[in-house]
Amino acid sequence: MAQILPLQIPVPTPKKPWKPAPIAMIPDLLILVGAFLVADATVALTGFKGKLAIFFLFALYSTLGSMALAFFRRGATAMSNAMATSMAYLSIALVALPLFSVLLTVVSRGRHALRLNTFTQDMAATQPDAPFSQGGALHAILGTTVLVILATVISVPIGVLTGLYLTEVKGRAETLIRFLVQAMSGVPSIVAGLFIYAVWITGGHGGFSGFSGAVALSILMLPTVARTAEEVLKLIPNDLREAGVALGGTQWRTVVMVVLPAARSGLITATVLGVARVAGETAPLLLTIFGTTAKHFNPFVGPMSALPLYIFQLLETGLNVAISRAWTGALVLLILVSVLFTLARFVGGRVKS
Amino acid sequence: MIRLFNENRYERDAVSTPPNEGEIVSSLASVANRLPRISNEVQASGADLEARGVHAWFGSRHVLADVNLSFPAGRVTALIGPSGCGKSTFLRTLNRMHEFVPSAAMAGEVLLDGVDIYKQGTDVTKIRLKIGMVFQKPNPFPSMTIGENVLSGLKLAQIKRSNKEDLMEECLTRAGLWNEVKDRLNSHGGSLSGGQQQRLCIARALAVAPEVLLMDEPCSSLDPGSTLRIEETIRQLSQSVIVVIVTHNMQQAARVSDYTGFFLTEGGPGRLIEYAPTREIFSRPKDERTEAYVTGRFG
Repeated sequence: MAQILPLQIPVPTPKKPWKPAPIAMIPDLLILVGAFLVADATVALTGFKGKLAIFFLFALYSTLGSMALAFFRRGATAMSNAMATSMAYLSIALVALPLFSVLLTVVSRGRHALRLNTFTQDMAATQPDAPFSQGGALHAILGTTVLVILATVISVPIGVLTGLYLTEVKGRAETLIRFLVQAMSGVPSIVAGLFIYAVWITGGHGGFSGFSGAVALSILMLPTVARTAEEVLKLIPNDLREAGVALGGTQWRTVVMVVLPAARSGLITATVLGVARVAGETAPLLLTIFGTTAKHFNPFVGPMSALPLYIFQLLETGLNVAISRAWTGALVLLILVSVLFTLARFVGGRVKS
Repeated sequence: MIRLFNENRYERDAVSTPPNEGEIVSSLASVANRLPRISNEVQASGADLEARGVHAWFGSRHVLADVNLSFPAGRVTALIGPSGCGKSTFLRTLNRMHEFVPSAAMAGEVLLDGVDIYKQGTDVTKIRLKIGMVFQKPNPFPSMTIGENVLSGLKLAQIKRSNKEDLMEECLTRAGLWNEVKDRLNSHGGSLSGGQQQRLCIARALAVAPEVLLMDEPCSSLDPGSTLRIEETIRQLSQSVIVVIVTHNMQQAARVSDYTGFFLTEGGPGRLIEYAPTREIFSRPKDERTEAYVTGRFG
């Protein structure tokens, strides 16, 4: 069988001609540098003062500059595009600068008291003003981990089921529930703590314990998880539900096998947002877990500690050494939360790929 | 002999008995031969589109290799081939929609009126203004009324124009939708049927007066009646606009196009196997793979 082979033409290298060549970016770079210099000069020569003035003048000048550049390149319609792009960049700078500033402050102040024993010892036998080589935040790390896990275990199933009620069941109370969930997200965190304190602890159902704290945190976490889960489930195309039901599945089987897996990454986002909402909460814990300086594993009996509470109680002492320990606590909390989020993404993303 | 064309010639979707392949070849050929050859003779607007040595990649996967095709003014070109042969990707390189995929890369040139649309410094919005696109799935803008949808291109591209009412009527008429929607221009596009929505999308694409109209399987989800109307629209458009249409429906290619390109992948990247006047592709294809495809022996 004589097959005519196609003429072998050397394959050219893949290119991305839509990306501007580096040399074409020089004017954009010049505008940025120029805007900065002129902003600097304006601050030096006029009544404007301070770094903030430089930033806002730079924002103004660079926006105007990139608009002018766009006008020369592509005419009037490209100007508004350049303006919007420039504003978007400046906005993320405005958001990112304070964030990085906070992060940097926490790292720079928290590193002094950071030792290996921060992770291996508690404060049971250590005074707050003892040298950094003694004592640590282990009890608080354990407490926060236990609290976050318990709160997640309580609120994620309830939150996701609430989301399912709103999107799949669409029962009679749909509007009411949505309203209540929304109202709940506005509850001040200390009220959640007070509620558990009044109903649970003074009601004689239990004393100060990790579990009481986890329930208080769940009250705060629930609306975030439920609302996010609802929004995510709403994005799942109806075709998928119809396809599942049309194959003879019950609504529940369709939800479990088709809808929830499709919404997987969104539901993980819902969980992460919920954890982010509560991981740093202090107020509700004051009234529910009370705080302790010793390691304490059992969340159902007796006071526990948590990193935010650890920070708060050290700050209250007013001692310089204790304040340094508190900064370290903040740094450890940041690390812990980052680890939890990375873990959530890893566990969530693994099955998909 | 199956009847591909009869008095009610678009009834062909109702034909259900699978014909044998010999009949298809001869019937497709007769379809192609009987078509009125209007657009070859009409030398309409001077626009002209040409692809030279176009390759396309997604990541490291080479999906399209060395396509050379030219689309002169006033000609309808159909691109046919099995799924995954790169014809849609090729279509999307023609108006720089390919680059919307983050991992996408390409090589080669696409010349519109002799100028490479991928040249550094080209204003991509102006390119897409000149080379319009109709997508497989009807996608009228949900937040706009029917009338606003038609004129949305003007607003998006910030084109000033007087007598917008006239333009709206003209575009809807050319898309074969005017009579059905003239009394409800203020209702939302979502209230239309699928076929009407697609014609609305065509009207929307026409409102910015493109020189080229790319259509990616525009009738794949439509009923025969809507398909008929859209094919009539394409025939009319071909007098003023270059139309390139990707289709899985070979009868459609035979009915609306003057030239047909056949794409195929044999494991590697998709290639243009054969390009010829439509009637030749369907009556005496030169390549045996083309013949196998148009007779339904594979693909």
